Order: sequence, then C-alpha cells, then structure tokens
Amino acid sequence: MRRTMAKAALMTALNLSAFALFGTALLAFIYNQTHERIEKSVEAEKLRLISQILPHSLYDNDIIKDTLEILPDPLLGNEGKTTAYRARLDGKPSVVVLEAVAPDGYSGKIFMLIAIRENGELAGVRVVSHKETPGLGDYIDIAKSDWIRGFDGKSTAQYNDQDWKVKKDGGKFDYMAGATITPRAVVKAVHKALQYFALHRDALFAGGIR
Amino acid sequence: MSYQEFRDIFYNGVWKQNTGIVQLLGMCPILAVSTSVVNGVSLGLATTIVMALSGASVALIRQLVPNEARIPVFILIIAVLVTAIQYLMNAYLYSLYVVLGIFIPLIVTNCIVLARVEAFAAKNPASQSAFDGMAMGLGLTAVLAVLGGLREIMGHGTLLSGIDLALGPSAKSLVITVLPDYHGFLLAILPPGAFITLGCLIAGKNWLNQRTESRQARIEPVISAA
Repeated sequence: MRRTMAKAALMTALNLSAFALFGTALLAFIYNQTHERIEKSVEAEKLRLISQILPHSLYDNDIIKDTLEILPDPLLGNEGKTTAYRARLDGKPSVVVLEAVAPDGYSGKIFMLIAIRENGELAGVRVVSHKETPGLGDYIDIAKSDWIRGFDGKSTAQYNDQDWKVKKDGGKFDYMAGATITPRAVVKAVHKALQYFALHRDALFAGGIR
Repeated sequence: MSYQEFRDIFYNGVWKQNTGIVQLLGMCPILAVSTSVVNGVSLGLATTIVMALSGASVALIRQLVPNEARIPVFILIIAVLVTAIQYLMNAYLYSLYVVLGIFIPLIVTNCIVLARVEAFAAKNPASQSAFDGMAMGLGLTAVLAVLGGLREIMGHGTLLSGIDLALGPSAKSLVITVLPDYHGFLLAILPPGAFITLGCLIAGKNWLNQRTESRQARIEPVISAA
C-alpha cells in the first residue's frame, strides 16, 4: 500500500516536472525568437519620445550616436547601465536626455526619459513604460493626458525643494484625485534627476562630438 | 458537435452563467479596469482570447494530467500562454501592445480563466472548450462594456474616450460627449463606483430573471386549464 502511494506521488511529481519543463522550454524559445524585435520596438519608441521632448531647433548633431554610458546611481534610480543622449548646437552643449526610474510607482517601476537643458531647465519629460492602473494612474502617459507637460521649463532654480511635490503634499505639481502615489513618484524622480544633472553637468557634456 | 450544443454553451457563457454578473468571478480586473468603455472592452477581448486558447490547450492535454496535479498544471498552462501572448504581441503587434499590454498581466490574476478550465475544459473536448472560453469571455466583455460605459458617463460625461489609442488617430471623432461642460463625478471613477454600478447591474439582471419566471408561471396555468 505504502509503496503504491509513493509510486503514485512520484509519478505525479514527474508529470508536473515534465509540464514545467515543457512550459519553460516553450517560453524560452518564444523569448529567443522575439526579444530582438521587442528591443528594437522599445528603442524606436524611445527615439520617438526623444524627438517629442527635443525640439529640432535645439540641436544639429547626431544624438543617436553622441551618447554616454551612465553607471547606476541612486539619484537616477537605474539598476543597470543606461544611455544618455546629448544634443549640441554649433558644437555647444544644449540638452542632455537622461533615463531615470521611479522605483515607487503604485504598481512597480516607472521608466522615464528626462531632457534637461544646459542651464538646468527641463526641456521635457516622457514616461517610456509603466504598470500604473489603467484609467486611474496612467495619466502620466502622454497618450492619455497632458499632465507630464507640466514639467516643461521647470528647474531647481525656479522651484525649491518644498515645491518639488504634488499640491496635496504642499508642492507645486498638479495631481488627479484618486491617484496621488503615481505623480508623487514621478515628481520625486524628476527632482532627483535634476539634482544628478547639477552634480554631473560638466561630465555629462564632456567627451566632445564622437 | 451539434448546433444545439454550441447554442447552449453560448447562452450559458454570455447570459445564464455570465462571469461578471452571475458567477462574480474575476472581480479584481473587472473593478479596476472598467473606468471607460475602451479600457473595459480591451481587457474583455484580451481575456476572451486567453480563455479560448487555455480552454483548448487544457482540453487537449487533460488525459495526460493526474488528478492531484491538475490545478498546478492548469495554472502553468495559463501562465505560459499569457506570457507567450505578451511576448508575441510586443514583438509583432507593437501598437496594439502599447494599448493592451498593460492589461495582459492582469489576465493571470483573473480567476475566471482557471475556473472555466477546471469546470469545463478538464471534462470536455477541445472544440467545445475553446468555444466555452470564447462565450464566457464575450459575456465578460459585454459586462465590462456596459459597466465601463456607465462609469464613463457618470465620471467624465463622455463615451468611447481613448478609442483613438486602439483604432488610430482618425477614430478620435468617434468620442461622444454625452454631458457637455460636465465637471466629473469622482466616485464613479474610483473602485467604490465600480462596486455600486456592478451591484445595480446584478440587481437589474435578477429583476429581468424574476420577471420572465413570473410571466412563465402566469402563462402555464392558462395552458393547463385549456
């Protein structure tokens, strides 16, 4: 009796492992088939967003090639290396586009592109990807609302530390009632990215035109 | 499989055993995403596809799975399917993925998928199971559309806002402003609004059911007397 039970349990375990193995293999195969295309479409989306926040009048260099590797930094929230795109006009630095991560969104990380002019003013901010609640927290996405344009032209010179908060917390930034965690995370991340820029301004533009 | 069988499965999925207002399964995504018609229908259709595919796959392998291990195996199949769909959409249908992508992980949390697989696909052939999944999904889509529509009108005073994200910028003209100069009603957009509206829908369906029953009860004695 005990033997047959042990045998049945073993068969069940083997069966389950076989399915798990098959499922994993299938997913690994599909991932391998698709990840290059996915990376390409994410890259294309990123460039589309960059072109939205970087007016063509601000640069004449090839921003896709004029890049700098950014090491992980708590002020940017990035865990791996990211790329900074540098825009120049007549060889002079004009705008740098940084990738930043807000780690404290309502449901996970919010990935953003932040364009900062050489004088420390924001040229624009765009959310690249997020998992915020559809219809509630997703107004940070330019496709859903113009909220993110509220950062245009802002700087740490114009707003002090207390101002870099949503209005509910005593700051200067709008939010939509019912979803405060999301804009709070975005405002905080943008503020930190500006601090990063202030600390590393010269290094970010150094290296000449490659 | 007979026409009658298909009709029964369809009627069962869309009306009699409707997941949204009769079985009350998968409340989390229903309440979270039904803030507008476009959001609701998008999630509904994505769920329909997953339910039809998972029904078919489970029906195909059901004889290979020992009874004790069936729930983990079913969950595994659903998870693999949803992840595979997410990868494939991300790679080949990027513009659709941008719209629907956010909903796809939500489907795994929807227990209706597992419930139908366990209650139907584990006991029936593949074609019936796929059709059952589709019918159940369409029933859910219908509820999400009505719920999303009501909440959108009450909350924002519009209908079909955001349709341009699903059908391209030319569809922007399809957005209907039901109540012009409306200042919005926050409660309808927040989860409590979803609970209240859903409650009204359930009450409405029960009322309809009772009315048909009492009508039948009134007609029957007449027939027997004649």
